[in-house]
Order: sequence, then structure tokens, then C-alpha cells
Amino acid sequence: MSFNLTVSPDFTPDHIAGWFIFNTWLQKAIGEGIHLELYNSFEAQRKDIDADKIDMIYANPYDASMLVREKGFLPVATPAGERDEAVIAVSAGSAYETIEDLKEGLRIATTDDPDVHVMGMIMIEPADLNKGNVEISYAPSYVIVAKHVIQGKADAGFFLKEAYDDLSGVIRKQLRELISSQIYVIRHMLLVGPRLQHKLDAIKQALHNMQQDPKGPGVLQALGFEGWEDVSQEDTEFMIDLMETLVD
Amino acid sequence: MAKQCPLPDMQPEDVKGAAYREYIQTFFDGTSRKILCTEIETPFPEGKLIVSRTDPEGIITHANQSFVYMSGWTEQELIGAPHYILRHPDMPILGFKGLWDTLAEGKKWHGYVKNLRKDGGYYWVYATVVANIRDGKLVGYTSVRRKPSRKQVLAHADVYAKLRAEE
Repeated sequence: MSFNLTVSPDFTPDHIAGWFIFNTWLQKAIGEGIHLELYNSFEAQRKDIDADKIDMIYANPYDASMLVREKGFLPVATPAGERDEAVIAVSAGSAYETIEDLKEGLRIATTDDPDVHVMGMIMIEPADLNKGNVEISYAPSYVIVAKHVIQGKADAGFFLKEAYDDLSGVIRKQLRELISSQIYVIRHMLLVGPRLQHKLDAIKQALHNMQQDPKGPGVLQALGFEGWEDVSQEDTEFMIDLMETLVD
Repeated sequence: MAKQCPLPDMQPEDVKGAAYREYIQTFFDGTSRKILCTEIETPFPEGKLIVSRTDPEGIITHANQSFVYMSGWTEQELIGAPHYILRHPDMPILGFKGLWDTLAEGKKWHGYVKNLRKDGGYYWVYATVVANIRDGKLVGYTSVRRKPSRKQVLAHADVYAKLRAEE
């Protein structure tokens, strides 16, 4: 029997190869056949999650809530030191200097990345803005969000901080960060679904010892991670409770 | 014998600024405490969330750095203290209307709240509280506070002042 691993579609494109390398390494480490399925959109991935086709997932915090509470997934590990934060940026020449300057009818470019969108919407609340009085347009990637802001098709863009920091220097020069979240506890995590939970301890052990594995550091480098950090069920439940307070 | 408040009475030397109002505040557990409060507002930190957790009795079990900073208490002082350590005398009882009923129904509670600092100052938040359920049992509450809009703060300050006058 082969199991399916997938990755939240908000992963950095530079690390696509890294996930294939990780999957190869993991299969050898735990002695199970695992197929890696990558998706271009959250919608397509969610359809397969709903159809119970996924056994392991590197999930964004928003999806982690549903997977743990509704689908019986269990937490394995989270990338060491990595946290999910959001940035709201405007064009470099924009008249907006603070969040409170933003006005009703604001045109926002965002992606379908749910946790970044939630954080972005929270950060515009002090300007009395909400989904009812702004115009939201969805772009397929953060680079396209940036382009829409630079070209004046949007007044502001929501970005995953990591993706914003990874934008090219040319693009970054044409943008200006208005605000950056500092929430610290929201993070992606690797989760295991019910069919693969007999291997949970083996997977945890393999990730815990990855730095000592001869090939481990190279695989981590390909993923762009320093290492994996153990994450408890209660840590995960806490993050889910916190996410719940942020979602309408 | 009357139950003693777990929090000390505030003293003039605790207060930042010369001018303060004095109240005797009574809490839901029947205990009372002297409060000295000033008109000094601490602005909500940009991009941050204030996060705390309590046990089912409302005793603080977790406080993030923003909570520590904004409350003026140390983390050691906050952990083990009742959450009403934040209760500002300008908050009317009706400001927390529906809090416990909403949580008991398994729903989230939202509200605009004026919180008291250790130094007698205050800060406004938009608070959301959820019950923490583990294996079907209530193990506590998580409260997340975010930056409110100024317009909402002014509107709620006005409403709360009227409600307080009627209490």
C-alpha cells in the first residue's frame, strides 16, 4: 500500500525539488512507499483532503485546524524557528503611510492562502475595514500580487512574510511594507492522517534525528529548513484555538 | 470571614502619573480590591496579538510577551492570577454581556474592552474568547486581543460610560 504526502500550496517554488528529495529520504527512513502529490491551488488540494486521499501533509495553520479537529490528523513536527507571518504592502509611491490611512473601497490583492488572508484582514481592522467594504481580488501567486500593487491594479497586497522577503530586489524596490504581523505562534506543521498513524513514532524519530543522519542536513537544506522541531498535541491544539479566534 | 482578593490593593506609588481616580472594585468571586486608575492610554502594538489562556476558573495559565508588555505586570505575576486583574472600573457589567452564555454554547465571544494596567493606565482591545475543549472536556479559555479601530473605541467608550452611570 502506498501513502500520499502533500504540501500546502503556499510553499516557496524554489523548494519544489526539496520536497521530492525529502519524500525519497523519508520513504527510506520509515520503510513505507509514499507518493508526493503537489497542488497548484488550495481548492484542488482541499478536494483530495475531503476525499480522504491524503495521509501526510505539510499543512498551513488554517488547514491544520480542520485536519486535526475534523479529520483525525496528528501533529508530527514543525520547521525549527519558522513562523507564519503576514505583510501588507503598498506601492513605493503610495500615499498610504499607516494602516489607519486606508479607506473604504480599498482594492486588495491577495492569494487563496487562507492564513495569510486571515492575518491580512485582521491587520486592516483598525482602519474600520472588513470584507464588506473592501474590494478583494485573488492572484495565483505572491509575485502576481506584487505586480498588481505595482501596476496600480490594487492599492495594497497581502503577502506571506517569507514570500515577501523572497521577492526579487527589483520588485521589492517598487513596494513598501505598511505593516508586518508579529504573532509568533502560527506555523506550518507536518501532520499524519489516520491510515499512516502506525508510523507516527517512526516518522517523529526520523525527523528528530535528521541532523545526525548522513543525508539529513542536505535534505533539510533543499527544503530551506534548519531542522524539525517536535510539536505536541497540546501545542497544536493551542494554535488551533488561537486560529479559531481569528476566523469569523 | 470574607474571602480575600488574591490581588493587592493598588497604592499611589504603583501609579504612573499624578492624577488618578480611586474605586473599590468587587469581582464575581465576591472579593474586592482598591483600584487607582489614570487617563494614560498605552497604544496597542502594531501587528501584534495579545494572547492569554486561563483554566476553567479564570486563572491565567499562559501569557504571551505582548500581554506582559501591555498589562505592565511580569509574566510571573500574571501566571496564577485571576483574569480580572485586567478589569477596568470603566467597564460596565453589560460590557461582558453574554460572555459566559456564549462560551457555554460552544461559540466565540467578541467584544471591545478597556483593560487596566498595573500602573493604573489603560489600553483598548478587540477581544475574542474561545473555550478550550479537549476530549469533550472544558480545560480552559483562550483570549486573543487585537488592535481595535479608533472609531469603535470612541463609540464603545461612550456607550460604556452611559451603562456605568446606570449601574
